[in-house]
Amino acid sequence: MNKNTFKVKVGLAEMLRGGVIMDVTNVEQAKIAEEAGAVSVMALERIPADIRADGGVSRMSNPQMIKDIQAAVSIPVMAKCRIGHFAEAQVLEALEIDFIDESEVLTPADEHAHVYKHPFKAPFVCGARNLGEALRRIDEGAALIRTKGEAGSGNIVEAVRHMKMITSELSNLKEQNLSEKAKEFRVSLELVEEVAENGKLPVPNFAAGGIATPADTSLMMQLGAESVFVGSGIFKSDDPKERAYAIVEAVTHFDNAKEILNASYKLKDAMKGLEISEIPEDQLLQKRGD
Amino acid sequence: MIGILALQGNFSSHIQILNKLGYDSKLVKSSKDLDNIDGLIIPGGESTTMTKLIAREDRFVKSIKSFSKKHPILGTCAGLILMSKNSFDDKVINFGIIDIESERNAYGRQVHSFDTRLDLDYNSKNTSFMASFIRAPKISKVGKNVQVICNHDGIPVAVKEGMHFATTFHPELQNEALIHQLCFGDG
Repeated sequence: MNKNTFKVKVGLAEMLRGGVIMDVTNVEQAKIAEEAGAVSVMALERIPADIRADGGVSRMSNPQMIKDIQAAVSIPVMAKCRIGHFAEAQVLEALEIDFIDESEVLTPADEHAHVYKHPFKAPFVCGARNLGEALRRIDEGAALIRTKGEAGSGNIVEAVRHMKMITSELSNLKEQNLSEKAKEFRVSLELVEEVAENGKLPVPNFAAGGIATPADTSLMMQLGAESVFVGSGIFKSDDPKERAYAIVEAVTHFDNAKEILNASYKLKDAMKGLEISEIPEDQLLQKRGD
Repeated sequence: MIGILALQGNFSSHIQILNKLGYDSKLVKSSKDLDNIDGLIIPGGESTTMTKLIAREDRFVKSIKSFSKKHPILGTCAGLILMSKNSFDDKVINFGIIDIESERNAYGRQVHSFDTRLDLDYNSKNTSFMASFIRAPKISKVGKNVQVICNHDGIPVAVKEGMHFATTFHPELQNEALIHQLCFGDG
């Protein structure tokens, strides 16, 4: 019997396909998310939009709050650690968290290195803006990749940019000099060869960062995302319960515009979004970690 | 043509297995998609999410149940929970296609998930294969017409009743076609 192999870690990521992972900050929101059909919840003290507004250092959430959420729902529970903060990751693993998000939404703890994820029992998800970044995280042991997008912005433009970038780099990879690419990406040649051969990442690829509506969801799924993370988009809207369910429906029926239309009818106002150019350069979350 | 219930979950690995066996496949998202298919796979994923999405359409459950009278269904993990008679959880629907009781996430959280080799004991076919147990359920009770075809640590992990099969594990994550072949092939 093999526990905690890379295959077992990726296995859970595969089961989350075609689903919505929702940010929740308390037991009540976690229950709303599960009731609406979320495949998983991300337990965190403040959603990205509030982290952005509040400023200061943002750390791993209070373990008691995460534990309360674990007790309240039966779906997998994820939580975030700071980039490079392997001790926070160890604490989350001790808590038996189902997935650790080494996230740019929190203040990075290490400006040079991410957590080396292979020795952990718990699987990790990491953000990426391009193929090199995605492969570096996979080389370090990430079992799931998501676009970084621009968390807490309510603006889909960055997630679109990152998804299209990864997709186009994947489709061109085969024609490139792979050993040069491995050097450029700073990953093993074996990994680059495997990805070039298959034309896809060896782990699922989800969308995150700026998704606020059923149509945003459909857009990201049509661009190749296999699931979506929705952070601020649900509990910063005027109708979290209805919006959560509408986004779940939108993932399943992403290629059916009538279904997206039906899912959109009943909704009130989405969260207020941010124009990316109005976010000061040093406050862009996607620039954290490379 | 084999359908795969594609509301949420890992349908793509099942499509790969069906391709390997030379079957055409089709995604099933509503009751009308059950027309013109010869078998159905209910994949792994979150049973709570699938329950929610099945409930959107009034006659979906009824259609799946009547489909099961004539055609084989294979359920893996969450699929087994949905096919069970009872899983004792209000958040999850049970079709009662196989006479078993099941318990969700019975091995614990993801850190307790595992791969292992299993022995198949069916129709004098003695063979072994690799299987992944991901936040897997356990079968807690087996009805008298249900045949146990695999055990792990003395607990049934794969069952057959009539033409239907259900497993608490994922053969598809190991690119293992054996159970699919038993269910949809000629045995």
